[in-house]
Amino acid sequence: MSLEPLIYDLGRPGRTGVSLPEPDVPETAFPAELLRTDLDLPEVDQLSVVRHFTRLSQLNFSIDTRMYPLGSCTMKYNPRVNEDAARLPGFAASHPMQDPDTMQGNLALMYQLQEWLKEIGGFAGVSLQPAAGAHGELTGVLMMRAYHLDRGDVKRTKVLIPNSAHGTNPATASMAGLDVIELPSDARGNVDLAALRAYIAEHGAEVVGLMITNPNTLGLFEENIEEVVAVVHGCGGLVYGDGANMNAIVGIVRPGDLGFDVLHYNLHKTFSTPHGGGGPGSGPVGVSARLSDFLPGPVVDILADSEQGKPPHYGFVTPKKSIGRVKAFWGNFGMHVRAYAYMRVHGASGLRGNSEYAVLNANYLLSKLRGAWNVAYDRLCKHEFVLEGVWADAPGVHALDVSKRLMDYGFHPPTNYFPLIVREALMIEPTETENKETLDQFVSAMLKIAEEAHTQPDLLTQAPHTTPISRLDEVSAAKQLVLCCRPIPAWAE
Amino acid sequence: MLAAVGVNSLEELFADVPAKHRFPELKIPAPLSEMETLAELRALSEGNLHAQKNTCFLGAGAYQHFSPSVVNYMIQRGEFLTAYTPYQPEVSQGTLQAIYEYQSMICALTGMDVANASHYDGATSVAEAVIMAYHHHREKRKKVLLAPTVHPHYRQVVRTYTQGMGVKIVGDHTTNTDLNELAKQLDQDTMLLVVQSPNFLGQIEALEGLAAKCHAVGAWLCVATEPVSLGLLKPPGQYGADVVTGEGQSLGLPLSFGGPYLGFFATRKEYVRKMAGRLVGEAHDKNGQRGFVLTLSTREQHIKRDKATSNICTNQGLMAIAATVYLATLGKHGLRRVAELCWHKSHYAAKRIAEIPGYSVDTSKPFFQEFVVKCPKPVHEINQFLINERNIIGGYDLSHDYAHLRQHMLVCVSELNSHEDINELVEALKEIG
Repeated sequence: MSLEPLIYDLGRPGRTGVSLPEPDVPETAFPAELLRTDLDLPEVDQLSVVRHFTRLSQLNFSIDTRMYPLGSCTMKYNPRVNEDAARLPGFAASHPMQDPDTMQGNLALMYQLQEWLKEIGGFAGVSLQPAAGAHGELTGVLMMRAYHLDRGDVKRTKVLIPNSAHGTNPATASMAGLDVIELPSDARGNVDLAALRAYIAEHGAEVVGLMITNPNTLGLFEENIEEVVAVVHGCGGLVYGDGANMNAIVGIVRPGDLGFDVLHYNLHKTFSTPHGGGGPGSGPVGVSARLSDFLPGPVVDILADSEQGKPPHYGFVTPKKSIGRVKAFWGNFGMHVRAYAYMRVHGASGLRGNSEYAVLNANYLLSKLRGAWNVAYDRLCKHEFVLEGVWADAPGVHALDVSKRLMDYGFHPPTNYFPLIVREALMIEPTETENKETLDQFVSAMLKIAEEAHTQPDLLTQAPHTTPISRLDEVSAAKQLVLCCRPIPAWAE
Repeated sequence: MLAAVGVNSLEELFADVPAKHRFPELKIPAPLSEMETLAELRALSEGNLHAQKNTCFLGAGAYQHFSPSVVNYMIQRGEFLTAYTPYQPEVSQGTLQAIYEYQSMICALTGMDVANASHYDGATSVAEAVIMAYHHHREKRKKVLLAPTVHPHYRQVVRTYTQGMGVKIVGDHTTNTDLNELAKQLDQDTMLLVVQSPNFLGQIEALEGLAAKCHAVGAWLCVATEPVSLGLLKPPGQYGADVVTGEGQSLGLPLSFGGPYLGFFATRKEYVRKMAGRLVGEAHDKNGQRGFVLTLSTREQHIKRDKATSNICTNQGLMAIAATVYLATLGKHGLRRVAELCWHKSHYAAKRIAEIPGYSVDTSKPFFQEFVVKCPKPVHEINQFLINERNIIGGYDLSHDYAHLRQHMLVCVSELNSHEDINELVEALKEIG
């Protein structure tokens, strides 16, 4: 029994989905010993392909159909003009290995995007090469490491990371060959300044730097951020900013002004490029002057200034002490175009306005929910906030059950079980693109669910009831791993 | 709403931001209407040459191929485009099943048991293979053998990724492209041998016996490959590869100046728990309904944190779905036909170019759709002529990456290059030669 057959099962031998021409050149024989004897791909007509993928798409919740309040993911509207922009033939059909002289349009766009990101972040340099946030994190940590080694400082091997951090932060530090030191959070949800000072006092000379998210994963602006940065700089360490939560602060404050040495941006969060069911994203990094030479290369620069009304001449330049390439070619250019279009449409005032409304929307939801729900850290939040998905007087109900029940109300659940420092966490981020009516509907659903948790808990623990499929047995799925639907090929037997 | 929150103005929401840095003046242009923005971008894009305007013979890791119209229509469906990572399976079966089908097709193409949901591109896939091998040997083996004919960008990325790991990347600083010579450097300190086939120079490598040589010293073999060629050629899995990686851009994705692309990654079933990246597996609900879920999540960063072997989170999900639609539409017969067209056209072009006085084509190894041409003049000069006088984008200048290949051009021909295009190129090369 299944919602939709597998594509392979929709085919019949001999069918194909598209016509192709005959060779218009004399043929050359194939060397028989190099040829494969099997090619296990579907044999489906085009209409069946369309029906299959259309029906599959209809099984998804998406921003286009529903509010998607996933904390730290910034599920804002993905403008369609961005899609048209990225598909302009001059962009979409440009080959990455073309002579840069034939690519001046692309380079101008990348240069301008670099400049705008510098401006928004308060940074001296930007590279657009990393393909995702975690990719940007690895880039940033490798740059910090390289900076210290370049100064002959070889004893620094430790990266300080708050216990509220996203899992990519410690995973990144490990990939860079560094050790993770976890810092506690204080009662107000900030990084514990006393704990930080104490660690630095004893081990400051071994510290590469601090990785911090601001606003943090509780949706709170770090109240001691300037002191935190000063303490880390004071021992010779650097400060890495995880820019996942930038939607709260564009035009409000610049991480570079606060002393951050490096930050990654998520174009697929703050700058509206679509999530695509798990990517592609883009994770450019911004750096202060002292790290500019270490950026992954190449970056786009002006090789010859503009003269007599003609545009400047752009080219690729590899920074002097670059940590090296982190990706083939130049970055996820298609996402650069989308982010550029977004920034151009909204402009300086619009970008600030988006952050202001993202923060207003989150605080509005918080003000309406705080009675019926337990709030983890009850202060004015930024673009997101965290609730606890449990009640002492509603035993048997957990955050997971709340999430599944929200689906019945037509909302994608919030982020679950993150950050780890809040039990049964539900992280809610509405973004600025939800209007008041939608927010009120969400509030209404959440209040009903809080009531159901106390009066009819089965509605939650057995949820979802209205989705195409109900809860799946993930434990058995991991034990009886089925990751591929194809039989073992004849040659492998 | 402000009243409900208990503040009098939007500014008050930011009282906890240090006053002296609050509300900076951003030197970014004022808002522009959607129609003016699109007009501006159109003008910018038209300043470029590109493969739809100009006949193009560039390959070198990114390929122009025919992408059936359905691909774009399916991935532009908002339900695919604007969905998030499928962490909540009950409302994400569309994405989950599409990725499961993608994994299955990659296994079929590469001849391997399991494939993940993607890496950023062909370069980072190879880097992840190195990291996987490093952890497989519990960080005790330090050497990675890298063939000089692996894409230069891939080799650079491997070095960047491993700079904090204390590993030695060797084997690629040589002009000798014989893989048997490279294999002589295999020893007990080697964790992985990485080769590419078809390689960066377009050549199909002889892979027989290579896996056995690796396994004899307890090392793995990683083969980086090109997926359209697998419509024709024996897959690396059949040669005993432990890991197969590659760039999936040629499966219906636009050139897009280098990204977003698609790194595919496949391995044997006994190594599945060591593989990085997201994995979709089959599952059932309490009614026996078949569905799909993200599985083996305990390998990943959100669970394992500093013990995860990779930090990858967002990958290239929509690009994997695009490749799935492409492979479903072309199917068994179509992909084979595309590969055949590339083969016939490139071999025809090579024959004709070889006949031009002053030019010669390297035939030391068989090739799929790209071949190396020794030119009578610097490639840069030839390409200038081709663009300025013929509006043709010529092949890749190999002197950028290989000091001994000055005046060598890497010419790529695909099913989109017509008989006329090829003849035009030949005539032009004759003229400038």
